[in-house]
Amino acid sequence: MAEEVRAEMVANVWKVVVAQGDSVADGDTLVILESMKMEIPVLAESAGTVQELRVNEGDVVQEGDVIAVIG
Amino acid sequence: MFESLLVANRGEIARRVLRSAARLGVRTVAVHSEVDADLPFVREADEAILIGPAAPAESYLDIKRVLEAAARSGAEAIHPGYGFLAENAEFAQAVIDAGITWVGPSPDAIDAMGDKVKARNRMSAAGVPVAPGTKDPVGTVEDALAAVADIGYPVMVKASAGGGGIGMSVARSGEELTAAFETARTRAERFFGNPAILLERYIENARHVEVQILGLADGRVVALGERDCSVQRRHQKVAEETPSPGVGEELRQRMLDGAVRAAQAVDYRNAGTVECLVDPVTQDYVFLEMNTRLQVEHPVTELCTGIDIVEQQLLIAAGDAPTFTDVTPRGHAIELRVYAEDPKRFLPSPGHIDTWAEPTGDGVRVDSGYAAGNTVTPSYDPLLAKLCTYGADRAEALERARRAVADFQVSGLKTNLPFFVELLDNPDFVSGDYDTGLVDRMRR
Repeated sequence: MAEEVRAEMVANVWKVVVAQGDSVADGDTLVILESMKMEIPVLAESAGTVQELRVNEGDVVQEGDVIAVIG
Repeated sequence: MFESLLVANRGEIARRVLRSAARLGVRTVAVHSEVDADLPFVREADEAILIGPAAPAESYLDIKRVLEAAARSGAEAIHPGYGFLAENAEFAQAVIDAGITWVGPSPDAIDAMGDKVKARNRMSAAGVPVAPGTKDPVGTVEDALAAVADIGYPVMVKASAGGGGIGMSVARSGEELTAAFETARTRAERFFGNPAILLERYIENARHVEVQILGLADGRVVALGERDCSVQRRHQKVAEETPSPGVGEELRQRMLDGAVRAAQAVDYRNAGTVECLVDPVTQDYVFLEMNTRLQVEHPVTELCTGIDIVEQQLLIAAGDAPTFTDVTPRGHAIELRVYAEDPKRFLPSPGHIDTWAEPTGDGVRVDSGYAAGNTVTPSYDPLLAKLCTYGADRAEALERARRAVADFQVSGLKTNLPFFVELLDNPDFVSGDYDTGLVDRMRR
């Protein structure tokens, strides 16, 4: 079952930590967002493989945008 | 007095400074980024100049563009507000070199206090108490672990060039120190361009209390009283009050004297704040750092002293005498920082402001940066407004704060107003017996 990881708020993508195809554990940091002078790590909510990574560093994400798909 | 003033800042503080300047008959100039074009401070200034895109490095932090705007508008003075270029000695010097009046302390005083390691050593030499800590910047994890053998745990790890709580954390073991050191170093590089780290003994259950000082044009330094800033999340202030419920009269006098000594040690002019940690049980205090600028929470001091601190800043910069003769704080004042963030986890919540209705009434003051129809972007800090209340005593200030929080209507984005409903009903806060761990305990 694929899990879509979404942005919780409008933010800039500061760092992309994982790459497509990487194996991740529950709680691993996928990307780090930045909003209002705060760094916000986006975490995997289940173990699996990064099937899709839909953001690049420097992108702006809106609340609810899919950041990655873990399967 | 100069005839025109450029405010090199944005949001509520730009608006606040413009207001006092306008009242003194000074022509006002705002500078702004593209995304801030519709904000109240831009509309309210006599002249507004677009200086660049949203990214701070290309607008509010760009010394060249700010100075170009000053030249274009013929501004005779520059007020930096807080944050951005306010504590940048290079900027202060560039302003002075351009023949413009700098509303702030000398570049030397900014430099002396900007490096926390040097500032600590200097204060210690001036007879101001400091917590046990490193006398030189710590460069490696190994050095940090060696230094802590003398200092002892718990230890506070922070960026020597830092501010705003960024990169600060407490370590209680070697493992925690290793992690905290790496985090602090990365953030110090990224946010302040300087990786130097300072270790300082952390005082558990301390109160964060600061003293507002003014270095007058004639060289005298006066203290305007203290502010308690112990309500914090992520080491950032959320609410402040004066007088501090945890500071007795004898300690207050010692702190005010110490703050004046600290300012005199660097020949300080203009407004500044000496931040300290207080152990409420032993009634001891230690120097933390000096902020060489106007402080966010300055309104509570204004409410209790009746002194317009921004007005005094402008007078001092112009070489004029202050418009007050003595300092007699009266009553009690509290400030609540209304942030665009969710009230549970305090995560940022930028967005569009659909409705915005500020509370009014006796003893209520709101310094806001936004209005209905504005968009709050992720590019800047989350401060929307400062809701301040004044009362003859603390109970009255708190009661007015409760009513004002209930009357403050904001929709379209999340704010921490619901948190303030909780805070103003929290038994520890209401009793006045709280410390910097209060918010963490409320959220545990």
